[in-house]
Amino acid sequence: MSEAVLGSGGEIEAPGTKGVTDDFSRDKQVFGVPWGKAMMWIFLLSDTFIFSCFLVSYMKVRISTTDPWPIPSEVFALSFGGDPIPLILIAIMTFILITSSGTMAMAVNMGYRKDLNKTFWLMVATAILGASFVGMQAFEWTKLIVEEGVRPWSNPMGAAQFGSSFFMITGFHGMHVSAGVIYLLVVAFRVKTGFYERRDGNYEIVEIAGLYWHFVDLVWVFIFAFFYLW
Amino acid sequence: MAEEGQQHPIKIYLWIWLLLFVVSFFSYMVDYLHFQGMLRWTLILIFMFVKAGFIVAIFMHMKWERLALKIAIMGPPVAILVLIWLMSFEGLYVEDTRVEYYGESTFEPQAPPHH
Repeated sequence: MSEAVLGSGGEIEAPGTKGVTDDFSRDKQVFGVPWGKAMMWIFLLSDTFIFSCFLVSYMKVRISTTDPWPIPSEVFALSFGGDPIPLILIAIMTFILITSSGTMAMAVNMGYRKDLNKTFWLMVATAILGASFVGMQAFEWTKLIVEEGVRPWSNPMGAAQFGSSFFMITGFHGMHVSAGVIYLLVVAFRVKTGFYERRDGNYEIVEIAGLYWHFVDLVWVFIFAFFYLW
Repeated sequence: MAEEGQQHPIKIYLWIWLLLFVVSFFSYMVDYLHFQGMLRWTLILIFMFVKAGFIVAIFMHMKWERLALKIAIMGPPVAILVLIWLMSFEGLYVEDTRVEYYGESTFEPQAPPHH
């Protein structure tokens, strides 16, 4: 990194580790970002640890059980009349979440361009995609509980720990998505009604909401890899 | 720039978006084509880190943040590697003791009902 970067405080960042020392030791805001953004990053860092704990404990129970682990590829197969297609619903959910991440990134961009109408509609689109993700998850849970008899304490296809890990991890993630949908809608309508325009005309809040949304997508990347594909 | 925050050409976002689709498709193919063993795990991890990297770097704008923020946020999660390392040992140990004291599993798995 040889080029100098301007932080929001306006200070030039010295190249390399000298910049880091500068940022931490001088009497100024360290990160050169609005406080809301720094706080969101720190919240996401703590959330990273929570999800890591879930995934690591899932790894641990999966290693330590002597019963065979149910094969996710078969458990989450779905049939549309013909042969069951492995993992198809999960794949569709993955694509929906990535699509929503894309619309969110565009919303952030449009927010900084002050194209408020586009920002609003892109955020609403993101929220709708998020809501449909939660809907599909509800469908998946129902199918797993009712048809396949998966419970947190047992299931007919293998190790009992499968159910508890699954409900805990995807449940916590689904809760994050649901909270994100509400968060996005609140911010979107405030953009629409001119709330931020009246305050200071700054749309960093859209980027901060976007950080949360991308994080939810990020967690799904890890859940998809470790729980569904592994 | 200072007042406008993170502003980048739309083209970057569209490219990353497309790339995420392609890589997700690849990781789904790992399962669909029944890759097994080391090949499967390697591919899953590669695709996972590629996706995670692009989301954090581009969509979350980490690439353009100051090094101080990068280190403060992305440094601490490295500690999780220690937890993974410890828990994998613990898991193997617990499995061994279970086999030793309770014997091998007698569980007879059933196929999911739609088969």
